[in-house]
Amino acid sequence: MSTVLIIEQILNGLQFGVMLFLMAAGLTLIFGVMGLINLAHGSFYMIGAFAAAAVAALTGSFVLALVAALIAAALAGALVEMTVIRRLYATDHLDQVLATFALILVFSEGTRWIFGSFPLFLDIPEFLSGPITLPGGIAYPLYRLALIIVGLLVAVFLWALIEKTRLGIQIRAGENDREMIAALGVDISRLYTMVFALGAALAGLAGALVGAIQSVQVGMGEPVLILAFVVIVIGGIGSIKGAFIGALLVGLTDTLGGIFLPEVFKLFMEHSAATTIGSSLASMAIYILMSAVLILRPTGLFGASQ
Amino acid sequence: MMSERYLNAGVLIALLIVPIWAHLADAPYTITLATRVAILALAAVGLNIALGLGGLVSLGHAVFFGIGGYAMGVLAHHAQTYTALDLGIFTVDGTKSMPIIWLVAVGTSAVAAVIIGALSLRTSGVYFIMITLAFGQMFYYFAISWSTYGGEDGLSIYLRNDFPGLNTLIPIQFFAICFAVLSLVLLLQAGVSRSAFGLALNAARQAPTRVEAVGLNPKRLQFVAFILSATITGLAGALFADLNRFVSPSMFSWQFSGEIMVFVILGGVGRLCGPVVGAAVFVLLEHVLGGLTEFWHIYLGLILLIIVQFARGGIVGLLATDRGQHG
Amino acid sequence: MKTWLLASAAIALHASAAFADLKVGMITTLSGGGASLGLDVRDGFMLAIEQSGRDDIEVVIEDDQRKPDVAVQLSDKMIQSERVDVMTGIIWSNLAMAVVPAAVHQDVIYLSPNAGPSALAGKGCHANYFNIAWQNDNLHEGAGAYANTAGYGNSFVLSPNYPAGKDAITGYKRYFEGDVSGEIYTKLGQTDYAAEIAQIRASDADSVFFFLPGGMGISFLKQYADSGLDLPVIGPAFSFDQGILQAVGDAALGVVNTSQWNKDLGNPTNVAFVESFQEAFGRLPSLYASQGFDTANLLISALEKAPVSDADAFRAALKAAEFDSTRGKFAFGSNNHPVQTIYAREVVKEGDVFTNKTLGVALENHADFYAADCPLP
Repeated sequence: MSTVLIIEQILNGLQFGVMLFLMAAGLTLIFGVMGLINLAHGSFYMIGAFAAAAVAALTGSFVLALVAALIAAALAGALVEMTVIRRLYATDHLDQVLATFALILVFSEGTRWIFGSFPLFLDIPEFLSGPITLPGGIAYPLYRLALIIVGLLVAVFLWALIEKTRLGIQIRAGENDREMIAALGVDISRLYTMVFALGAALAGLAGALVGAIQSVQVGMGEPVLILAFVVIVIGGIGSIKGAFIGALLVGLTDTLGGIFLPEVFKLFMEHSAATTIGSSLASMAIYILMSAVLILRPTGLFGASQ
Repeated sequence: MMSERYLNAGVLIALLIVPIWAHLADAPYTITLATRVAILALAAVGLNIALGLGGLVSLGHAVFFGIGGYAMGVLAHHAQTYTALDLGIFTVDGTKSMPIIWLVAVGTSAVAAVIIGALSLRTSGVYFIMITLAFGQMFYYFAISWSTYGGEDGLSIYLRNDFPGLNTLIPIQFFAICFAVLSLVLLLQAGVSRSAFGLALNAARQAPTRVEAVGLNPKRLQFVAFILSATITGLAGALFADLNRFVSPSMFSWQFSGEIMVFVILGGVGRLCGPVVGAAVFVLLEHVLGGLTEFWHIYLGLILLIIVQFARGGIVGLLATDRGQHG
Repeated sequence: MKTWLLASAAIALHASAAFADLKVGMITTLSGGGASLGLDVRDGFMLAIEQSGRDDIEVVIEDDQRKPDVAVQLSDKMIQSERVDVMTGIIWSNLAMAVVPAAVHQDVIYLSPNAGPSALAGKGCHANYFNIAWQNDNLHEGAGAYANTAGYGNSFVLSPNYPAGKDAITGYKRYFEGDVSGEIYTKLGQTDYAAEIAQIRASDADSVFFFLPGGMGISFLKQYADSGLDLPVIGPAFSFDQGILQAVGDAALGVVNTSQWNKDLGNPTNVAFVESFQEAFGRLPSLYASQGFDTANLLISALEKAPVSDADAFRAALKAAEFDSTRGKFAFGSNNHPVQTIYAREVVKEGDVFTNKTLGVALENHADFYAADCPLP
């Protein structure tokens, strides 16, 4: 296996990781600030992708599509927060699980009701299509490179938002002591709506960006949701830094595991058995990683110890 | 509004009367639905012991459900094809006998629960939810690629397994078996929650530090509850496989773990008959709404939302006047 | 429109219940991510029933949500409560394996409009089970045969890591005479193929065979097109059906795929079918719709010869398969699976719509590999 191939696979793992980060960042923020387990986060990913596909079909502009994805997901998030989620903060995790599970059903079938059962079309914009050649002669799709850059920019933006702005101070205060910030006169319900909408918008952005190279269809958010949960648990719930590291770890493990595990097994096994066992193990790899992390560090890599 | 004790009796009597009526009216499918309710309720009763009594929010109980199912599938498959099951050191023949299958289902679920419990109980709270989910996913992907037993296609068992003295192919008789098992397990749970162990477990959930102060280890209590809970869900898995005469990896899926949890929450967490009510309402909604519209999931979702908002403590919590044993 | 047809079917059901000669139970996928296939089968089937003008056929339609245990439950309902004579509709092999063996053992006739698992074609074949679509391996075998005629010598093959995925690669290799330069089993439901595409780029293959049904195929094709790789791609029709192509767009243009049916097949049945389907539903039919349509017409042809109460005569009438198929020639082999021609098609753009154009025959009068194991006469 050549170095070029290994580097290309690492890039792929990174790209997958930063997209997971967009999902996981919102999830971990919402959990950190409001203490809410949101199973419906995958629905915002789907809403983003559908909104982008619809607007791209109307206008032909990818940039407008992305804007639409952000707005649609943020609006859906704010709406859900104000009508349903707001009543759940005081309840235990179980009611949250049930209510957000119910939201998945409503969003998924509602989307199918509006857009029909057939997958939608969303394509990479012309100016980002095709491969470019990186130093070392690696041909790599430009769009995926753009995804990595967007993901990293969002990470920097979130870091700046939380460390440098007034909203960030309120968010950090909210994570530590909810009564305190209410006492300081912060409009806490507005803060919660904003955080929730921000998380939803990030998920919607991820859905639209990834939708251009995947299939825009009902139910697309659920597999990603599970992965995003894995990410935030590995990183430590509530920690943006943890979500970032966790996302990269999961992205790299999943991508590299699928490629290298069958090869590793081929070293000491018969060819087709090695392919089968290696592939099976690869599909379990991130869950094994997650259990290993939790067994060694029960609150994740960057979680506050309990 | 009534006392939870009478409510429980009423729920079980209703679950018994409906299929008997259906049997007399020659409506076998209604019996099948009632059997499905009894089995799903049993799975949820198992989860309720971990969740309601032990305070362990396990989103991986499908693991045990699936293990129970595959215990049935693998044993009956070998019996059906007249091949021996090779366990490495020795081989055994398959079997079509329900009691033996149940023993294997309970035993293998217990072994899995010991391993998963020992590792998962190092964590708590949301981390516990997620690590149990992770174990569920591992089993799911393993089952999909386990080609010896059909992989994603699963295993079909042509005839339902045997129970001494009964003809399990007759719907009402198979229902009787499932209902008897459910009733026995509910009695067992009532006994456990009143025992010294049950009281200590309850205390461990509500005030772990106080339990520690009297020299008990709350984690160990929860560990035992987790294993007990897993064996019951495993047993339900074996029965579910027999109801469908089919097992597949979807029994391991996280959606199924979620569904069992929905049964428990819908009915009322920690309530003795909560899981029975939850499973019955869910199956009924699925059946009625599914016949009305292609987009019935929307209505199911809306109904669940309404229940969460207005019926805290689940349906049993809404109907019962007293707080119940663990309200 | 769809709901209208469903509703009218339900009304017909009640109006004619007392006179119905034949009751059909259709279990298919109508909700969730895989719904487009089930909708096509249902619409094709109901269109044929409607066109026949018969009011003595009742059809009960239920949604299996693509869940095996729900399918089994519905099958119990169909047999125990609705007491149907014939069942049909299942899309996915794993659901078929859950439902079909038990149903045919209970004397129900099952007509498969889509799934054709090998277990039901060989030793597990049954006099009550008829497959009107294909045995699962057929289209992959066609792809292997086409690869030979196209002169490919070294293929990279990939499919999801589940039984149908393994069957696909086995089927391709059974007919492909060249070498296999790499073989990858991906995770079921995987949506990102960057890693696999990089492997293909690094290999010495001259062609790529893939079996990635539904959304998996959409993702793969889009990513493959964007990677700049220009090795020819070949696959079965499942990633190129009419419902999917619009979502793939330009990325699918020119790709060759194999199918037992295409909308441009010139036989009069097919011409009429394509036109009436478009008129009724406002979209082009897919191969799934054609399979649903053929299934209903086969059933109607048998009903014209023998009543369903005379089981032996009715089965013989089904097996004779004397109906006008949208595929032209259609016959059953000894195991009640089709003996049919597999075509190679190419994805083209007609106006704004992506669709397939028939290139030629990949395998003529092709019977499946497992028929020899089937004990049926």
